Amino acid sequence: MSAPKERRKADTFEPVRHPIGRRGRIIQRGDETSEMLIKKPSSLRQADVTPRQVYWNRRKFLEGLGVAGAAAVSGRALMRLWSPGVAYAGTKLNTVKSSYTLDEKITPANDVTHYNNFYEFGSDKGDPAKNSQKWVTTPWTVSVEGDVKVPRKYSLDEILQLAPLEERIYRHRCVERWSIVVPWIGYSLSTILRLAQPTEKAKYVAFQSFFDHNQMPDAKYTGLEYPYVEGLRLDEAMHPLTLLCVGMYGETLPNQDGAPVRMVVPWKYGYKSIKSIVKIKLVSSEPPTTWNRQASNEYGFYSNVNPSVDHPRWSQATERRLGEIFMHKTLMFNGYADQVASMYAGMDLKKFH
Amino acid sequence: MRSFLRSSWAKAALFALCLWPFLFLVWRTLRGDLTANPVEFYQHQTGDWTLRFLVFTLSITPFRKIFNLAELVRFRRMLGLFAFFYACLHFLTYLGPDQSFDLAGMWKDVVKRPFITVGFAAFLLLIPLALTSTAGWIRRLGGKRWQTLHRAVYLCAALGVIHYYWLVKSDIRKPVFYGTLVGLLLVWRLWWSRRKAPAVVQTSPLGTS
Repeated sequence: MSAPKERRKADTFEPVRHPIGRRGRIIQRGDETSEMLIKKPSSLRQADVTPRQVYWNRRKFLEGLGVAGAAAVSGRALMRLWSPGVAYAGTKLNTVKSSYTLDEKITPANDVTHYNNFYEFGSDKGDPAKNSQKWVTTPWTVSVEGDVKVPRKYSLDEILQLAPLEERIYRHRCVERWSIVVPWIGYSLSTILRLAQPTEKAKYVAFQSFFDHNQMPDAKYTGLEYPYVEGLRLDEAMHPLTLLCVGMYGETLPNQDGAPVRMVVPWKYGYKSIKSIVKIKLVSSEPPTTWNRQASNEYGFYSNVNPSVDHPRWSQATERRLGEIFMHKTLMFNGYADQVASMYAGMDLKKFH
Repeated sequence: MRSFLRSSWAKAALFALCLWPFLFLVWRTLRGDLTANPVEFYQHQTGDWTLRFLVFTLSITPFRKIFNLAELVRFRRMLGLFAFFYACLHFLTYLGPDQSFDLAGMWKDVVKRPFITVGFAAFLLLIPLALTSTAGWIRRLGGKRWQTLHRAVYLCAALGVIHYYWLVKSDIRKPVFYGTLVGLLLVWRLWWSRRKAPAVVQTSPLGTS
């Protein structure tokens, strides 16, 4: 198959029903329901993920989203030139309204992009913003595999097109007792999991971050094992709140916040929301998770935000919003108890912390 | 060199240097340049400087002996008091923003959290040392007893290092660095006292000033 032909096909963006859609399965999205419209799998082969292809696809795709594509791409490069320290120079993303919102003050973007736990780039909060700027995240693929009927590698462009991108404002609570309110962009992880069609054996979802010690030389001092891995129970992963996130503050994710695609699980401590995902694997038993490996008595598999279960070294009853002086009370399940508490009915949350 | 060390200029210069980290914090505050988490910024800065000043204080004697600079002892008290000054600021960031000045709540936290317990113990232990740091107290206690009491500063430093070590999640480089320094200073001290024990002539802790 010749490259131009392939490219033209990708450029047309004709929505094609996915097999799942053909079988009449419905995917829920906010208040409305609609059939999932995505590209036909035949147009999404391995060949699509070559760098050049991705590059061209991206430009076209941005135009498709109503963005001045070329301008945005070169604009981003220009931004980097005149303000290399400012990482927050992402590409604008168009989003649809979401019912997931909060009546709380949104944390300034500059705080969320300069106060990060991304240990691959160093353990100081300011390290990721400094050390991640040269990291190249294109081309990017996410492999969805394991106990699924339809294992597949998705390019970033495909991920951006699987469902309408929603802006969701979530609370985000770090195990270190600080918290933020962030307008994330993405859609429920269940969208991509449904496409993969988990088999009966699948009970958990294991996630893996990108890792390259050449590009992340500071990682070796941080005392963690890499690549970073995380996991969720399947019902948690399928929960509509569980967000597959590709952007924040109206733009694509900056490197230090887990570009180009990450998880956001708002009722769990921040480290459950794994960054820069390269692999999503459906598995039959509880997968290992990075912080749990490091100190299992301190960081459990579940890691639900719970003000009554303290970290062995500090209380979790209170938290500090970034930028504020005094602490305020931490909410059960970080304020999402109504939506998620039922998943843990009857469980000893101290034991399964 | 020696005459400079004996001059009052040297003391004034050192005082200004010791105040520098505090002025740095004031400057950053006035500029509003306090990172996304100002409280944590103050906490880490004041905690780091407390440990650094403890290490400086403990280094005086080895430097004095190794380089035969008896004059250095003039500066030990000031360095120790600055360690206490930064420890006070560090404690205030905990009592205020973390505990909302609630003493009962703070006490519960101190008793329950080992890393707070050791940090708080180190802070309490610094108080008698700061109070008895004057020439009057050396006279009142007698040189020998005073010195025994003030050896507790090693314990303060060790507790401070443990406090730091228990705080960090997985990157232990900084607490290990301070721990190594304090350990080396203690080892040197033991080695020196054993070597010199029979022949040593007890000098006044105030030195020659």
